[in-house]
Amino acid sequence: MPNFIDRRLNPKDKSLSNRQRFLRRARVELKRVINEKISTEKITDVDAGHAISLPVSGTSEPSFAPDRATGRREYVLPGNREFVLGDRLPKPGAGGGAGAGKGGAADLELEDDFRFVLSREEVLDLFFEDLELPDMVKSSLKEAIAFKPRRAGFTTAGAPTNINVGRSMRNSFGRRIALRRPKQADLDAIADEIAVLEAEAKPSAVSSERLAGLRRDLEVLQRRRKLVAYIDPVDIRFNRFEPMPVPNANAVMFCLMDVSGSMGEREKDLAKRFFVLLHLFLKRRYERIDIVFIRHTHQAHEVDEETFFHSTQSGGTVVSTALEEMRHIIEERYPSRDWNIYAAQASDGDNLTGDSENCVNLLNNELMKLCQYYAYVEILDERESAIFRSTDNGTSLWRSYRLVGKNWRNFQMTRIAKPGDIYPVFHQLFAKQPKTARSG
Amino acid sequence: MNKRADTSNLLFQSSEWNFNTLYRTYDAIKEIALDELGLDVYPNQLEIISSEQMLDAYSSNGMPLIYRHWSFGKHFVYEEHHYRKGHRGLAYELVINSNPCITYLMEENTMSMQTLVTAHAAFGHNHFFKNNYLFKQWTDADAILNYMEFAKGYIARCEERYGLAAVEPIIDAAHALMEQAVFRYNRPPRNSPMKERARVRDRLEYEERAFSDLWRTLPQRKADEDPTETERDLSERKKTLNLPEENLLYFIEKNSIILEPWQREILRIVRVVAQYFYPQRQTKVMNEGCATFVHYTIMNMMFDKGQLSEGNLLEMLHSHSNVVFQPGFDDPRFSGLNPYALGFAMMQDIERICTKPTAEDRDWFPEFAGNGDWRGTLLDAWANHRDESFILQYLSPALIRKFRLFALEDETKENHYRVASIHNERGYESIRSTLARSYDIGVNQPNIQVVDVDFRGNRHLHLQHTVRDGIVLDEPARSATLRHVRRLWGYDVSLVGVEAGSEKTLYETSSSKLAE
Repeated sequence: MPNFIDRRLNPKDKSLSNRQRFLRRARVELKRVINEKISTEKITDVDAGHAISLPVSGTSEPSFAPDRATGRREYVLPGNREFVLGDRLPKPGAGGGAGAGKGGAADLELEDDFRFVLSREEVLDLFFEDLELPDMVKSSLKEAIAFKPRRAGFTTAGAPTNINVGRSMRNSFGRRIALRRPKQADLDAIADEIAVLEAEAKPSAVSSERLAGLRRDLEVLQRRRKLVAYIDPVDIRFNRFEPMPVPNANAVMFCLMDVSGSMGEREKDLAKRFFVLLHLFLKRRYERIDIVFIRHTHQAHEVDEETFFHSTQSGGTVVSTALEEMRHIIEERYPSRDWNIYAAQASDGDNLTGDSENCVNLLNNELMKLCQYYAYVEILDERESAIFRSTDNGTSLWRSYRLVGKNWRNFQMTRIAKPGDIYPVFHQLFAKQPKTARSG
Repeated sequence: MNKRADTSNLLFQSSEWNFNTLYRTYDAIKEIALDELGLDVYPNQLEIISSEQMLDAYSSNGMPLIYRHWSFGKHFVYEEHHYRKGHRGLAYELVINSNPCITYLMEENTMSMQTLVTAHAAFGHNHFFKNNYLFKQWTDADAILNYMEFAKGYIARCEERYGLAAVEPIIDAAHALMEQAVFRYNRPPRNSPMKERARVRDRLEYEERAFSDLWRTLPQRKADEDPTETERDLSERKKTLNLPEENLLYFIEKNSIILEPWQREILRIVRVVAQYFYPQRQTKVMNEGCATFVHYTIMNMMFDKGQLSEGNLLEMLHSHSNVVFQPGFDDPRFSGLNPYALGFAMMQDIERICTKPTAEDRDWFPEFAGNGDWRGTLLDAWANHRDESFILQYLSPALIRKFRLFALEDETKENHYRVASIHNERGYESIRSTLARSYDIGVNQPNIQVVDVDFRGNRHLHLQHTVRDGIVLDEPARSATLRHVRRLWGYDVSLVGVEAGSEKTLYETSSSKLAE
């Protein structure tokens, strides 16, 4: 007798721990790839699953293997059509012995350099790694859309714990009336009467006839009672629950960035991480997020993401133009009663003399009333960071923004020089009660 | 073909399978396999699995369980990616050389496919595992599953006790030497402790008897004055250490002085796994050929008995012919000789030679041409050959012509290939031996052996690579592997490439020269 075993229900993730080990092993390389992806990809795509192409270093499994580019070999191949003994065939990619050798090496690399898909969780883990986020924040960011079971009427099937007693009894009651189920009281009355008649010592013809009639009636009623149950499966109703996504509203995220010549690749990369983090946060809380990119030099424009991060524009620096533009867009497209407005601004702190006051006025009088949250990062040179980190001194923009920060609780600012510095800006946003009520 | 009205014998009609049909079909296959083909198999255990589980099995070398290591995870993500993207499908089945013989059947298979793969794996491969001399000699089907369970548990315990960071490098290094971790020719001398003690005692006695205080008074000779002294030393060392030793991992396991007992045990585990798979690598053509021939024969016999409908048979034939498809060398689909195609064609050819031999066959195979007993001839071939010897003995001129085989010489320095022989009278022999040699793992893998180790001095380990046909080792991989060897050995390791025949040193490298 053969032994058939159904293994389909056995656990599937036997390889999971090996996979994790492999990812840990390839961590350095993976991080580089992920960071590269983040700097080239759209902000909204960062937390999708990623196909990763991984070069061999760190995860190669070397062994003593023959070098394909040396020595003499003999192959046997099928499908000869026209060759005869002694024929000479040019090697593919001929042009010297070295050509063949190189071809072999390239093949080898192709084999080793392989692609695979990282899950969203794994990508985010790698992304978070040097942002120094607290664990709680990490796990809440990784959370997918939350569903909450909501009552949604009744159903005829379900778990016993979900039986709706009231509704079931109501059905049962209606059915009992419709099918005229005899009441216990009626039965009791007849039974009493029978007892009385039976108790008579000498039953008259009338009363014995009546007794027989009553007995018949009782029997009919009892049978009827048996047929029409008190509670029937058709009466039962269960509470129905439907998973409903936790209600989310719309949010719009403004990314403001100075793109004048002083913002180099490093600065832009830091700014991007800053924007990504805000986006991940918003994504968790809102169903629909629009992103508006505004870049500015001495004038501001709304642009698409590609232009925002990758093209340069020369000119001076007038920060207030960007704020103007933002106000303009809000008025036009994102009325603050329908939209939660978040803004993130990145700059190296340069501003035209005298313009910082304009910015403060704009923020104080108009924008901060509209915004849920406004985060500002000033990107420092690594060398400057030690000097400036602790002082209130700094660029004119920084000093002016300090005034705004005093007035508004939902205005956050910080100076950053490396990815790990970004999180504190959002500290309040990610705090346990992220109720950033509009002040003012 | 006239339509057969009688469907009462049919084992199944729909393409859906269920366990009842599987049982019924298994019994029908078994009857044919054992009674008509004379196969001899381990008891079967057939397991239905899903595609995820098949992927898991892939990445653990097809074993139902294996110790944890990142390289299996690497395999897994690789296979998974290709499967998800649709680059390649999964196997219909997977079979494990164990007793009972475990066969995995994919749940997606139709009933016809389940029939085909049951015949293929549970009887074809199973018979081969049980009867081929290599498997009998080198693998222990009864114990392998228990051993793997032990190995997995042992390594997990090591990780708990000594930390992942300590265990992983050992496995990495052991894996690097897996190719050099098998005994190719004989098992190592295994003395029982009792014998070992007896040997030591005898030796002491001899030394006592031969002791003569007079010798002490002779003037001492300096070692460098007398080359024979060092030579004698060397040969003495070689004798006690059983050098040269081809199984590097075995040598290191037994002789490295830096390894802890648990590290030795891990090396041993890797070595046992390598040795377990070694016969499979030497019998790919035969193993697949045997299984394919068995399923082909069985499904035809079942059809003849009226157990399969024409539709079922056609479905089976369709996948059968996909499996044994052999594109020509210039076809874009070509990726080497297909072991299924070659193996199956050779088995069929043997059947033909046994039953309907031509004059040429009688010339080439006088031992069995026309003996009529193809079953016996095949059973004998399956039991007593590996790919190399099987091809050398049974590849017929008719088949060489059918495959239009030709041999190509590739001298890397030249920028053209040379056709060395084709399928004609002059070429048969040489094509046959060339092809046979290309299946000889011993020839194709670098031959690296431990030749000397200086235990009294700096404990330098000397490895020697015997270079054949001028094929040297790939340098980056060589350096990386040497570093692994050094990690296990703990002292310097050097590798010398010596040309076979001329004894000329082609290259020399040492771990001390490699940057860590």
